[in-house]
This record gives sequence, structure tokens and C-alpha cells, in this order.
Amino acid sequence: MAWVIYISFAGAFISALLPRAKPTLARWWALLVAVAGLVIAVAGYAAGMSQGRQVFIDVHWVPSMGIHFLLAADGISRVLILLTGIASVAGVLFSWNIDLRTNQFFAFYLALIGGVYGVFLSGDLFLLFVFYEIAIVPKYFLISIWGSTRREYGAMKLALYSFVGSAMVLIGLLAAYTMAGSHSTTLGYLAHAGLPVDFQLWCFPLVFIGFAILAGMWPFHTWAPTGHVAAPTAASMLLAGVVMKLGAYGCLRVGIGLFPHGLDTWGFSFLGIGSWRDVFAWLAVIGIVYGALVALAQTDFKFVIGYSSVSHMGFVLLGLMTLNQIGVDGAVLQMFSHGVIAGLLFAIVGRIVYDRTHTRQFAELEPMHLSRRLPFAAWAFVFAGVASMGLPGFSGFVAELQVLVGAWQANPWWTIASGIGIIVGVAYVWRALQKAFFSDALPTPHELESEHLHKFAPITWPEYAGVALLGISTLVVGLYPRILLDQIEPAVRALLAGGAQ
Amino acid sequence: MNAIASGFPILTVITVLPLVGAMIALLVGKHARGVALVTSFACLVIALLIWVSLPTDGSIGLVELHPWAPSLGVEYHLGVDGLGALMLLLSAIVTLMSVDASHRVHHMPGLFYSLILMLESGLFGTFTALNFFHWFLFWELSLIPAFFLIKLWGGPRRGPAATQFFVYTMAGSVALLLSFLAVFLSTGTKSSPGTMDFGILAAMSASGGLAQMVTAHMGAVMPWLAVGVLAGFAVKVPLVPFHTWLPAAYAEAPSPVTMLLTGAMSKMGVYGLLRIALPIFGPQIAAMRAPLLVLAVATIVMGAWAAAAQKDLKSVFAYSSVNHLGYCLLGIFALAVPVSGAAQQASQAAALNGVILQMFNHGLTAAAIFWFIAMIQFRTGGLRGIDDFGGLRKPAPVFAGLMGIVLFSSLGLPGLNSFVSEFLIFRGTFPLSWISATVSVLGLLVTAIVILTVIQKVFTGPVPERWVNFPDLHHSERIALAPVIVLMFIIGLAPRLILDTINPTVMHLLSHWRF
Repeated sequence: MAWVIYISFAGAFISALLPRAKPTLARWWALLVAVAGLVIAVAGYAAGMSQGRQVFIDVHWVPSMGIHFLLAADGISRVLILLTGIASVAGVLFSWNIDLRTNQFFAFYLALIGGVYGVFLSGDLFLLFVFYEIAIVPKYFLISIWGSTRREYGAMKLALYSFVGSAMVLIGLLAAYTMAGSHSTTLGYLAHAGLPVDFQLWCFPLVFIGFAILAGMWPFHTWAPTGHVAAPTAASMLLAGVVMKLGAYGCLRVGIGLFPHGLDTWGFSFLGIGSWRDVFAWLAVIGIVYGALVALAQTDFKFVIGYSSVSHMGFVLLGLMTLNQIGVDGAVLQMFSHGVIAGLLFAIVGRIVYDRTHTRQFAELEPMHLSRRLPFAAWAFVFAGVASMGLPGFSGFVAELQVLVGAWQANPWWTIASGIGIIVGVAYVWRALQKAFFSDALPTPHELESEHLHKFAPITWPEYAGVALLGISTLVVGLYPRILLDQIEPAVRALLAGGAQ
Repeated sequence: MNAIASGFPILTVITVLPLVGAMIALLVGKHARGVALVTSFACLVIALLIWVSLPTDGSIGLVELHPWAPSLGVEYHLGVDGLGALMLLLSAIVTLMSVDASHRVHHMPGLFYSLILMLESGLFGTFTALNFFHWFLFWELSLIPAFFLIKLWGGPRRGPAATQFFVYTMAGSVALLLSFLAVFLSTGTKSSPGTMDFGILAAMSASGGLAQMVTAHMGAVMPWLAVGVLAGFAVKVPLVPFHTWLPAAYAEAPSPVTMLLTGAMSKMGVYGLLRIALPIFGPQIAAMRAPLLVLAVATIVMGAWAAAAQKDLKSVFAYSSVNHLGYCLLGIFALAVPVSGAAQQASQAAALNGVILQMFNHGLTAAAIFWFIAMIQFRTGGLRGIDDFGGLRKPAPVFAGLMGIVLFSSLGLPGLNSFVSEFLIFRGTFPLSWISATVSVLGLLVTAIVILTVIQKVFTGPVPERWVNFPDLHHSERIALAPVIVLMFIIGLAPRLILDTINPTVMHLLSHWRF
């Protein structure tokens, strides 16, 4: 399974060397690499079905500091590797029409994927941090070179936020390393090093916020909507689909895994908040409701989806803060679910619609009658929209329900407050659907004529394939959630139990 | 009689079959009508097979039970009793009628028939699911195709009508979901998730354990949870004052879709009351019985009066549907009371038999009426005002005769289907709540006036110049209509054909409910 990392980086390197004049070659190459990654991910997932933690490679890297090149996977990692595989193939399919420096685009793209795979498989804190940093750089270039609306601004904001988060993580990492006796940086060693509770209480929030910035936690979320909007479609798919999951994964694996006592009570409480757990859970709840409300007020189609990601990622963070089996299961499942659904939404908005209409403003989309002129886009959005609303039968329902149940066991008010976010979620998806695709305004003769003259390009096969891949993924998980839960549950149980030691 | 091999997942088959048909219809585009006809006919045959294979003691049969999402306590749990099977049969009949009535749809036929079949699947799923999670999936699944059928193929004001329909129903669904979430959370413990299984929850409710658990977890909210659940169903049926979405939706929807809305979808609400609300929230509903009865009576009387004031045939029968479903609500709320003695139990049983039969009868009759309206619109280029016609009896005697039969069925003429069920409801309700039964009789009277007025204005009197050549029913229409009308007579003359199967279910249900 470690091969997913190697082939992605090798693929990126080769892609950069491919002739610039032959974009088709670069496309097929990227698709080949991404599909190979997905095949390995699926095979690895299936092979790990009845296993706990698998170690793929463990060699000394920097022996003097005790740094290992340790790649390992438990159920949580395998689920996220699977998500990355699916998202990377879909991303290539939806980037098929990139003509500007295609080979370089895919080189950055595959490097990003490689970094993401690396984070999910790292069993060593330093290695994890290295991959985490590697993933930030290609993201910056993808947005600043191939982006749209205010791309330099969006790219810079994203990079700055990411680096601030990384700096916080780095400080926490070094502190933990020193505190644990400077012997080793493997996660397993650090988790059992018996870090003092006082130390954990200040180190945990540092690391947690550092990672949570990338997961879009309110009030550190503002990079997300601008970054998503500025990014080219494939990059926003990856950004929402997997990069935000890097942050959430870090929160879980490093934050909760290494500093379980960081969530203990402070010993005093202020306004009913008595621990970091309360603080972050409430921030997550605010993110859920705030993201949904802001999405409801947008006039730009892509901003709606951008803010919806903030809302849905709030469920992941809330699930983590429940610290119980069902809530954390739900959080991991939600990572997968949101990755697939957000990817699909961004693909429809950014690629299928925007590349044909060249506008994302509702006011300009409304008179276009897209349900008639782009029926495939309209129905794909209906599908993705109801999945995003959390209707039963799609992955989001199971995931969010588990989070809500877990939150209820921890603190019923969290559940009640985030319920508002769900209701608003139905409203903003429906509003976007009506405005963008199913507007009531009848076409004027002039519009009919111009429609006739400017037919939209037909939907191409990569678009069909990408929509099918993502759509089937959310449906399968929604209808048969055990396919993922069977792997998530034991891994979460082990992680939570490890934390209790 | 058992026509189905034991263990064969017939309920899954009937639910999935329309979905498969929907996919094929989408692919074949122009020939979708044929696909839809074949699929819905096959579903009718399967529904009949299910009907004759029910357990004779009225309990739930043909059960399919598999683990689904164990961490959420969700199982794939299907099963039907007489009530469920009758609703399957009704949904299958109405869908077939609706598909047959849709021959005028030329705009995106593939999508149209595909949505109709998806709606059918949603209906089947709702009537067979025994776990809330699974049930809610289909409850919502049916809403989405219905929204688009109104939105894309409706009349001139379809946009607002579709949105209103969606927003109302969705608001009801959210209330329903929140209530069930609360129940689910209350029944869980630290070590095991709660339950969403209707059967288990009903048993917990009957023993009084459910109310205790909910109260222990979140205080005295049980009545509010019952209100949430009732709200979800009240919108769907509808119950006054939650009915305001209905006239616009029924009038703007294309007539074949109106047939489905009134014939089958409104029954989802009544079914929900019987399968979910009464078994699980019986004592709470019994405590609110008086205001609920007032609302039910208001539904009956106001529905009838509002119908009398309409000038558009579709609006007339939209309100008339409100009135007819009001009888179901009357029967349901009247029987929700602790009874003692054989006489009162017999009244309860009569009312419940009447309610279930009325669900079927109203579905059949209302769908047939909207079918006739579709034919009138087809012949007149879309006209459907009550004053647009006159004397159609002369140019189109068969049309007038058959539509007359259907209208008289709606009126409740003895010998036709609706009479039996409405009589049973009144027979059962009167001893349990004589005031509401008496006031509701007013609804019967006004309905009679409404329907006679329609017959008079449309079929009698002088023939206006432009309708002299109003075409009569041609052969294919007669053949398609014949089974429906024959069925109305059969039920009217020999109601035991259905009652013999649903009575055991009624007895079984009543013996398990606690108020």
C-alpha cells in the first residue's frame, strides 16, 4: 500500500518531464497514475479488511534523532487512502480540459496527491509533518497559476494560513519530542511516553488548532471559501475533498492520539466551558451553523459550496470532540462522505457549469435555464445536493447522524444547536438548485435565439465518468455504511483506548 | 394460500423493480412509456401476489431482516400486514392508471416516466419499511420526484406551487425526524445505540417503558415528540390547518401526477399515523384527542365547503380530497381512546376497518376522477372550468355515464366502494365521539351538493355550440377504465373481498395498541 506514495511522486516527476506540446499525453499519464493509485488503495483496503494496524516499512531515517521512515495504516488511514484514490481519479477526469502547461499542472497535482497519501500513511510524527508541508506547496502553485477569481490573493491566503498552522504544529511537535526524552518521533512511542498532564493541556490546543486551521474550523476558516473559489476545479475538489481532511486527520491522530489529557477539564469553568474539549466543540458547532447561514446568503455559486464545506467539516470536528466511539466513527465517516460529496459539487459547479457558462453568479445563471440546456448538470446537482443535505440513502446521513448521536451522549446542546445547521443546509442547497438550474423565469424570444446560436459544448466522457465515480461512492456508502464502518470502528476503538492509558 | 416461496425477498423486489424501470426509462427516452407500462403492470402483479400471501392471523408477514448499520441500531427490516399490502396494491393500481393517463406527455418523456417510477418505488418502500431510518429514506425519496414532476411539467404557476409543496412537506419531515432522533437517543445507552425499529418501539410504548426512558433523558417532552410526529403526517394527508400547500400543488401538477399525489401519496400520511404515530405515541395522542378531533372535523367540513366554492374542476376535487381524507383522520382520532367492553371494542374495530378501506377507496376514486379530468383537458385543449361546459351527456354519453359512476362513488352512493368505508367510519365513530360524528355529517351533505353541481353543470343542460362534437371515449380508453369501474362496484357490493383480509390485521393492531 505504501506504493501509492511512490508512484504518485514518480508520476509527478515524469509528468514534469513530458513534452509540453502534447497535453493529451500528460492527461493520460496522470489518469494512469491516479487509477493505479486507486487500484492499490482498493486492493490495500480489501486486504486490510480483517486486520488491525499494518506496518509497511520501518527503517531508521535520521538515527541520531530517532526519526523513522515508518509507513503504517490502520482502518482510519485505509478509509482516507481510499478517499484520496477516488478523489484523485475524479480530479484528473475533471481537469481534462486544462490546456495551459498541462504537464506541469499534473506534476503539481500528482505531487499534492503523493503528499496527501504520505500524511495518511505516516507512522512517525516528523515524517507526517514533512508530507504535510509537501502538500502545501503544490496547492499554492495550482491555485496561483491555474486559478480564477483573485487567484493570487486566494493562493497567498491559503498558503499563509497553512504555514501558520504548520508552525504551531511544529512547535508542538518539538515540545513533545523534547518532553518525551528525545528518543524517537514515532507516534507509537510518543503516545506511550507518558507526557505530563500539564504539558498536554497547553500543547494540545496548539497542535489541535494548528491542524484544525486546515480543517476549516471557525474562526480560522476564512482561507477556505476564497481558496476554494480561486482554485481550478480539480484543486478545489482536492482542497475540499482531501486537504481539509489532512487537518482533521492531524487533529485526530496527533492531537487526540498524542495528547489525550489535553482534553481533561481545566479544573475551573467559565460560562459552562471547562475544558479545551468544550471550546473546540462549540467552535465546531458555530462553524456548522455559521457556514450554513453564510452559504444561504451567497450570490456566487462556488461560494455556496465553499461555505458548505466549512459547515460540513464542522461535523467532523464536533464528532472528534465527542470522544466516544459512535461520534468519532461518525467523524471519520464524515471525512470520507464530505470528501466525495464536496468533490462532486465542486466538479459540477466549477467544471461542468462554469466552463460552459463562464459565470458563477446566480443572477446571470438564472436566465440561462440550465435545467433545459444542461440537463445532465442539473440532475447531477440534484443528486449531489440531496446527498449534501444529508438525506437518508447517501453517505452524509449516516455520518452526520452518528456524529449527532455521539454529541448527544456528550452534551445534548451540541446536537440541538447543530440541528439548526442541518435545516439551514436543506435551505441553501435548495436555493442554489432553484437559482442556478430551475429558475421560473420564462425565456424571452431574444434569449431563445441566443441559446440557439450559442449551444453549450456537450458533456464529455471524462465528466460522465467522474460524476459516476463520485456518485456511486456516496450511494454505496450511504446504502451500506458497514463497508467503511467495519474498518473504522476497531481503529477508533484502539485509538480511544490508547488515549485512556 | 402462499404463492411466494418462503424466504424469497419479494418486498425488496417490488421496491427495486420500479427503480430499475426508472433507469431503463431514462435510457430509452422515447419508448419510456412502454417501459413504464410494463414495469408498473409487473408491480401490480407482484402486489397481488403479496396480497394473497399474507399471514392469516393479521400479523406482519413476508419479513426480511438483515443488519445494516449496527452502530446506529439500524436494520434492513421489511414486512407487510393487511394494511401495508393493501397500500402496495393501491400504489400499484394508481401508478398504472397514472402511466396510462400520461400519453399526452411529449416533453422529456424519458425523465417523466422515470420520475413516476421513482415515486412508485418511494411509495413501496414507505409501505414496507419497519425501521425508521429505512422508512424515512423512502418517505423523502418520494418527495423529490414529486417536486420535479410538478416543477417541470406543471401548469403556469407550477414554480411557487412546487416550492410550497416541497417546503411544507420538508418542514413536516424535519419535525418528524427530530422527534425520532429524540426517541432514538433516549432509547440508547452508553454501550448500545438506541433503536429505530417500529415494532420494538411500539412494544416499549405499550409497556410504558418508552415514555419513562424519554422522560429520564430529556424531561417531559413526550407530548411534544408526539406533536412533531403528528405534524409530519398532518402535512402529508393533510389535516387542516396544514393543508394550504395542497390546492396549488394539485391544481398545478399535470393531472397524471395529481392522480399519484392524491391517490397514493396522501395515503403515506394516513399510513404513518397507523403504523407509527398510534402504536408508538398512543397515550400522548389519546391525551390530545379532543383538539385533534376538532381539527379532523374542520378538515371534513371546511374541505367540503371550500370545494363548493371552486370554479376549476381540479380545485374542486383537490378540496374534495381534503374532505374525504378527513374521514380517515376522524376515524383514527376517534378510536384513539382507552375503551372497555365488547361494544366499544367493536366500534373501534369498525372505525379502523373503515379507515383502511377508505384509504383504498379514496385512492381509487380520486385517481379515477383526475383521470377523467385529464381526458377532458385533452379533448378541450386544457379547459377545465366548471362553467366551460354543459350538456356533454348528449355528444359523449359513455364518457358522461362512466364519469358519473366515478363521481357517485366519490359522493358515497350505496353500491359503490366509498359508501362502505364511510359508513364503517361513521358506525365506529358515533359511539366513541358522537359530537364529531354528527358535525361531520355536514361534510357528507355539502359533498353531495358539490358533486351534483358538477354533474349538472358539466353533463346536463343545453350543449354549447363548440362542444357539439365533443368526442366520446374511444375503445382503448374504455378498456383501460373498465377494470377500475368494475373494481368500484365489486368493493361496493362485496366489500368482504377486502375486509376479510384486513379485519385480522385490524384486530391484531388494536390488540397491541395502548392509549
